[in-house]
Amino acid sequence: MGIEEKLPSGILLTSVEKLAGYARKSSVWPATFGLACCAMELISTGGPRHDLARFGMERASNTPRQADLMIVAGRVSQKMGPVLRQIYDQMADPKWVISMGVCASSGGMFNNYAIVQGVDHIVPVDIYLPGCPPRPEMLLDAIVKLHDKIQNMKLGANRVAEIEELEQARLRRLPLAQGTGHLGIGGGDPLQLGEHS
Amino acid sequence: MTSENVPDTGGQPDPAAEAGEDRLAQQVERTGMFGTETTGDTSGYGGLQVRRPDLLSTARPYGSYFDEIADRLAEGLERDGAAFAEAVSRVVVERGELTLHVPREHLVAVARLLRDDPSLKFEMCLGVSGVHYPWDAGRELHAVYPLLSITHNRRVRLEVTAPDSDPRIPSLVSVYPTCDWHERETWDFFGLIFEGHPALTRIEMPDDWKGHPQRKDYPLGGIPVEYRGATVPPPEDRRAYS
Amino acid sequence: MTAETEGRVYNVGGEDWDEVVNAASEAGSEERLIVNMGPQHPSTHGVLRLILTLDGETVTELRPVIGYLHTGIEKNMEFRTWTQGVTFCTRMDYLSPIFNETVYCLAVERLLGIEQEVPPRATVLRVLMMELNRISSHMMAIGTFGLELGATTVLLYGLREREKVLDLFELISGLRMNHAYVRPGGVSQDLPHGALEGLREFLRVMPRQIGELRALLDANPIYLARTKNVAYLDLAGCMALGVTGPVLRATGLPWDLRKSQPYCGYETYEFDVPTQATSDAYGRYLIRMDEMEESLKIISQCVDRLAAKRPKDDPVMIDDPKIGWPARLAVGADGLGNSPDHIAHIMGESMESLIHHFKLVTEGFRVPAGQVYTSVESPRGELGCHAVSDGGTRPFRAHFRDPSFSNLQSLSAMAEGGMIADVIAAVATIDPVMGGVDR
Repeated sequence: MGIEEKLPSGILLTSVEKLAGYARKSSVWPATFGLACCAMELISTGGPRHDLARFGMERASNTPRQADLMIVAGRVSQKMGPVLRQIYDQMADPKWVISMGVCASSGGMFNNYAIVQGVDHIVPVDIYLPGCPPRPEMLLDAIVKLHDKIQNMKLGANRVAEIEELEQARLRRLPLAQGTGHLGIGGGDPLQLGEHS
Repeated sequence: MTSENVPDTGGQPDPAAEAGEDRLAQQVERTGMFGTETTGDTSGYGGLQVRRPDLLSTARPYGSYFDEIADRLAEGLERDGAAFAEAVSRVVVERGELTLHVPREHLVAVARLLRDDPSLKFEMCLGVSGVHYPWDAGRELHAVYPLLSITHNRRVRLEVTAPDSDPRIPSLVSVYPTCDWHERETWDFFGLIFEGHPALTRIEMPDDWKGHPQRKDYPLGGIPVEYRGATVPPPEDRRAYS
Repeated sequence: MTAETEGRVYNVGGEDWDEVVNAASEAGSEERLIVNMGPQHPSTHGVLRLILTLDGETVTELRPVIGYLHTGIEKNMEFRTWTQGVTFCTRMDYLSPIFNETVYCLAVERLLGIEQEVPPRATVLRVLMMELNRISSHMMAIGTFGLELGATTVLLYGLREREKVLDLFELISGLRMNHAYVRPGGVSQDLPHGALEGLREFLRVMPRQIGELRALLDANPIYLARTKNVAYLDLAGCMALGVTGPVLRATGLPWDLRKSQPYCGYETYEFDVPTQATSDAYGRYLIRMDEMEESLKIISQCVDRLAAKRPKDDPVMIDDPKIGWPARLAVGADGLGNSPDHIAHIMGESMESLIHHFKLVTEGFRVPAGQVYTSVESPRGELGCHAVSDGGTRPFRAHFRDPSFSNLQSLSAMAEGGMIADVIAAVATIDPVMGGVDR
C-alpha cells in the first residue's frame, strides 16, 4: 500500500511509522454509508455540538475513491449488500471500517430474512460500535479508538509481521463462553464449563 | 346461583350476555390447559382457547354516515346495471369503521363509483394492505384498500379476497394511480397478481428473490444467536402463547 | 469543418445561441444518457436509487428504485407481543419515531376498545412528544435541504436546534431517538424533574432560532432561485398520486388530520394549519417553517396543562390491570429506570402480582379479533396503521401506510422535464425517510 512498498525492509521504520500514522489519523475522510437511524446520529456527530471537524473528518467524501473510512451506519438489507461491497472495493488502501450500531455489527434486533446479520459477512470490520443508535459521544469514542489503531499501525515488512501475529493471536483465542477475561470481558468461567466442555 | 348480581334488563336482550354467548359459540381452534404440547405454557393462565372469529356481517342501519355511503353506492351501481348485493358481498361495521367486502370482479367498478360520484367523492386511496389468512380456504389472500374522502371528511375500507390457487385481483391503478407502488409491494410480499398493472415487479425485495416474504408460510428467516455459551433461538422458534 | 469530425457540427457566429440550443435539442434524441444516482449518495435522503435518463442537463425520465432498506419490520412484529411491537415500528420512519409509536398504539387501543380510557395526562404527553418530534423532523428536513443545495450553514443551524429537541427527548423518555415511549394504554413514564423547566427554556429560545433560519433563507436570492417553481405538483396530481402532508398543503388545500379528524385531543388545542398556494419547493419550505412555529404553540399549551394542579390520581398508563404495563417506571437514584414500589410489591408482598407481572410481560395481553385503520398527521403526511388481530397476543398483521412511500411516487411527476439539480431539490422537498418507505 503506498509508499512503504518502496522502503527496503529491515531498516528501522519506527519514526516513519509514527509520522505516517499521525498523518493518516489526522484527516481520515469518512465515506459515510449512512443507511438508517444510525445515520441520523452520524450526521449529528458532524453537527455543531459533537464536532467531527476537530478530527479533520468533517469532509465526508461522497466518492469512495477519496475516502479512508467507511462508517456503516444502519441496517444493511440483502438488497444493499452488494452495493456495500462495491463501495468498499472502490475505496483505496489504506481503508478502515467502523460498523456503527448493532444492526451493522450483528443484525441487531432484526433477526430475519431481510437483514444481513452483521456487515462483517461482507466487509472486514475494524471497530464494532454497539448501540441502537449509538450516541454521538459513543461514535466519537469509536473514532478515537480507531485513530489509536491507525496511529500504531506498522508499515512494510513490519506490517506483514504484525498481521501474522494478530492472526495467530485470534486463532488461539478462546471463545467468550470459556471466559478467559480477554479484553477485560467476563473474567473467569461463570458456569464452570472450562474443563468439561 | 342467585340472580342478585345479574342485572335486571326487564326481559330485554342483554347485549353483554349475547356477546358472551356469541363468543362461546365461535369455532374453537386450539385448546389446552395443563399438559399442553404445542405452546409449552403449563400455567393454565392463558386460557389457551383461541377461537377463530366468524365472519362478521352487520345489518342495516349501519349508523353515522355509513348508511349514506351504502345508499349512494347502491344507486350508482344500479345506474350502471349492477346490484348492490352482488357488488358488495358483505358490509362490516366494527369499532366505528366501515368495511365493504367486494368480490374481485366488481372491484374496479365500485372503486370508480366511490371516486367519481359527487356525494361519495373518495378521492384518495391510501394504499393496499395485504393480509394472508392461511386457514380461510378459498379466501386466503385479502387486499385491503383504505379510502379517504377529503371533500366529505369520511373514510371507508374496501376488502377483496383471492384464493391461493388463483391469486389474481384487478388492479386499481387506472382508478387511483397511487396504487402503483402499493400493488407492487403487495405482489412482492404476498404473491397477489394485480391484473392490469403497468409493471408488476418486485419493489422491496431484490429482483431475483424467490418467495413472498410476508405470507404466513414463509419463515421469518432468523438465525440462532450464541452468547456466552447459551444459544438464543430466532424469534420464530421461541415460545408462543397463542 | 474537416471530413473527420464526428457528430453534429454547429457554426456559432455570435448572438445566435438560441438557434444552436434549439438545433441541439432537436438532434439530441440519439444522445440520451442514462445515469444512476446509486443507493449510496449523500443527496438522496437515505438509500434511494434514482435512474435518470438525461438529455443534456434535462431529465427526460426518472425512475426511483427503493427497497435498499427493507427490514421486514412488519413481519417481525408478527412474532412479538403487542407491546414489543412498539420497539419495532418506532424504527421505521426514524426521523419521527413518536408518530410511528402513536399511530400503532392508537390502532391497538382501538382494537382493545380502550380509546376513551387512556389517561388524559398520557394523551397530553403524547401530543407534547409528537409536536417536539415534528420540530426535530422539520429541522432535519430543512437542514438537509440546505445541505443538498450546497448551503452547509443551514445544516449546522438545523442540527443545532435538533440537538435541543433531542436533549428534551432524552430527559423525558431516556433516549435521543427510537424511544419506545408511547405504549398501548399510555406512555412509559411520567415527566421527570426538570422537564417542565427544560421545556419552558426551549420555548423561550426556539422562536429566535427559527427566526435566524428564516432570516437566512426566506428572502435569500440564491435559495429562491433554486426553489421557486421547482418540483411543481398541483392539487390534481397530489390527489391522484395519494400525496399528503406539506406537499399537499402547498397546493392550497388545508388538509391536516389534526384538524379534520382529530385524535389524541387535538381538537382542544389552538393552532393553525399553514398552507401555501404555489405548489413548489419554496411553498413547502415555508409550510415547514410555519408548522414549526405552530408546534411551539401547541407545546406551550401542553406545558400549561402538564404544569397545572394535578388531581390525586393522575397516571400515565391505563389503570386496567389486564393491559397496562405493570411497572410505573421512573429514573432511580442510580440513573437507571426503576420502579422500587412495584418491585417491593411483587417480590415481597403478593405472589399473584408477581405472576401477573410475569404473564403480562412475557405473554402480553390479548387483543380481540378484528381490524382497524388509524392514522396520524406525521411531518411527512398521513401515516396510517392497518392492524389486524386474530384474538391473540401478537399482531396478526400490522401494515403501515407510510407517507414517504406514497409521496415518493410523485417524484417522477415533479422532476421529469427539469434539470438534474432540481431532482435533488425535488427529493428534498418530499422529505422522504427511506426507513419508512422500505420498512
